[in-house]
Amino acid sequence: MAKIATREAYGQALAEFGEIYKDIVVLDADLSKSTRTEIFKKKFPDRFFNIGIAEQDLMATAAGLATCGKIPFASTFAVFAAGRAYDQVRNSIGYPHLNVKIGASHAGVSIGEDGASHQMLEDIALMRVIPGMVVLSPSDAVSTHECVRLAIEHEGPVYIRLGRLGVEEIYKKGELKLELGKGIVLQKGTDVGILATGLMVHEAIKAAKMLQEEGISVYLVDMPCIKPIDVDLILDVAKTTGCIVTAEEHNVIGGFGSAVAEVLIQNYPVPVKMVGVNDEFGRSGKPEDVLKYYKLTAEEIVNKAKEVMKLKK
Amino acid sequence: MDKAKEKELKKIATEIRKSIIIQTAEAGSGHPGGSLSGVEILTYLYFVEMKIDPKNPKDPDRDRFVLSKGHASPLLYAVLAEKGFISKEELKGFRQIYSNLQGHPDMKKVPGVEMSTGSLGQGLSVANGMALAAKLDKKDYRVYVLLGDGEIQEGQIWEAAMTAAHYKLDNLTAFLDHNGLQIDGKITEVMSPEPVDEKFKAFGWHVIKIDGHDFNQIEGAVNEAKTVKGKPTIIIAETVKGKGVSFMENEVGWHGTAPNKEQAQKALEELQKQYEALEVQG
Repeated sequence: MAKIATREAYGQALAEFGEIYKDIVVLDADLSKSTRTEIFKKKFPDRFFNIGIAEQDLMATAAGLATCGKIPFASTFAVFAAGRAYDQVRNSIGYPHLNVKIGASHAGVSIGEDGASHQMLEDIALMRVIPGMVVLSPSDAVSTHECVRLAIEHEGPVYIRLGRLGVEEIYKKGELKLELGKGIVLQKGTDVGILATGLMVHEAIKAAKMLQEEGISVYLVDMPCIKPIDVDLILDVAKTTGCIVTAEEHNVIGGFGSAVAEVLIQNYPVPVKMVGVNDEFGRSGKPEDVLKYYKLTAEEIVNKAKEVMKLKK
Repeated sequence: MDKAKEKELKKIATEIRKSIIIQTAEAGSGHPGGSLSGVEILTYLYFVEMKIDPKNPKDPDRDRFVLSKGHASPLLYAVLAEKGFISKEELKGFRQIYSNLQGHPDMKKVPGVEMSTGSLGQGLSVANGMALAAKLDKKDYRVYVLLGDGEIQEGQIWEAAMTAAHYKLDNLTAFLDHNGLQIDGKITEVMSPEPVDEKFKAFGWHVIKIDGHDFNQIEGAVNEAKTVKGKPTIIIAETVKGKGVSFMENEVGWHGTAPNKEQAQKALEELQKQYEALEVQG
């Protein structure tokens, strides 16, 4: 099966929904070929605005458009969207709770060769602490399409985290119906829970198969919605399995694993192990080599699953 | 502008100055200096120029104003109260815990506030977004924005200046409140943005220089801006920080310091005399 990057699915979804929602406008900062907003631009040139290499202006211009009833999708790399333009996102989008959608591509180390300056590993943390910001992190083309739909239907700011790397399809088109604040149960199990987001869902699926071959029953969940987070589902996994592994292509500080741990510690504490980047910057290399270097792999999820099972009471 | 109209506006401006003094004095904090310098600009926009209706503050066809220098909030609140968007009673709560009148304007809390501002350098981009939306929707409303002359040290202003010219936003008029002072001193000593007129010209803007306290010059510039096609206009308004209160004028210390009771009393007496002088003029 052909692999499709979530950024590609994002560009296609914008062009598709742009047909239905005439208020959608798309802004980019000289990266439309990479963020794939180019697909929308070709179809709706009058509703596309290139702001140039100026991410701060990008975000605040989108805010201005939103005050006039437009549904702006502001797109650039995650490192610039959440990093360089943080104050604009906080003060001009988050604080006035404007209806701006941030399409942040090239998140994580899997962009590969460009290296640490472009490998965003802090954006989940930065975005989820902004009051009222919805944070989405789809795993494949179909869930990306669903995340774009959710973003349009939700009134308020939304951050969508997207990847550069082509990935297998997990879901069939038309068969997935995402809800805001809900995770997706891929399979139920009783020995260990694996909660993954974004690219790491693919590794988690492989890890679950490996564990099952050893007779370990895995409760496996894809979490495309990091904020609001699916509290009920997290607690169900905790109560069913008694231990959890989280997996994300992000710093383990403040990210998805932290969000899961915040829910558990206040409601139903169980042992947790986190797979992610351990408070480091990234580095250059082929995507698969970089992912291996930082142990963002199915093997590491298996190791952590075995470790966390030993901590069960 | 006829004399009667000008006198009327001068009276409103004096009332707004009093309100700025009262708000900051009651709050014991706030920014009187840069609020007083922009009084005539906002008075003209809100009481002569802009199509706005306090009874219908969200009218999609209304003109928009963005206070990019959000710390001049007492000025905006005074104008909105005078215009009837909020009650004058509310002004007493400026910067207090129970009030909607935040230190810097919050569009979600105050009718008539078009954008939440405070972090400098962002309002011009927002105004561009509003002007782009007008073009897309083929609406003829205009967008106004007030920038501080210290504020334009922010790099984002120049990103936005490029965007406005690139997209030919002739429905956008910016005012530069050129009072020459910022918190740490003279703008030319802290980090000179001069020559501001040449810079904006080079960025593709139509530039008009005026005395920012002269209603006739403000009117002339605003009307000229409306005739300019294919480019945005910036009106560089030469102003006096602390204008109207003798001991605050051109004193950098009054950027972000509220008057105490006695100082407020003195300021209000001066402003009352100015008001009475206008009455006597007949």
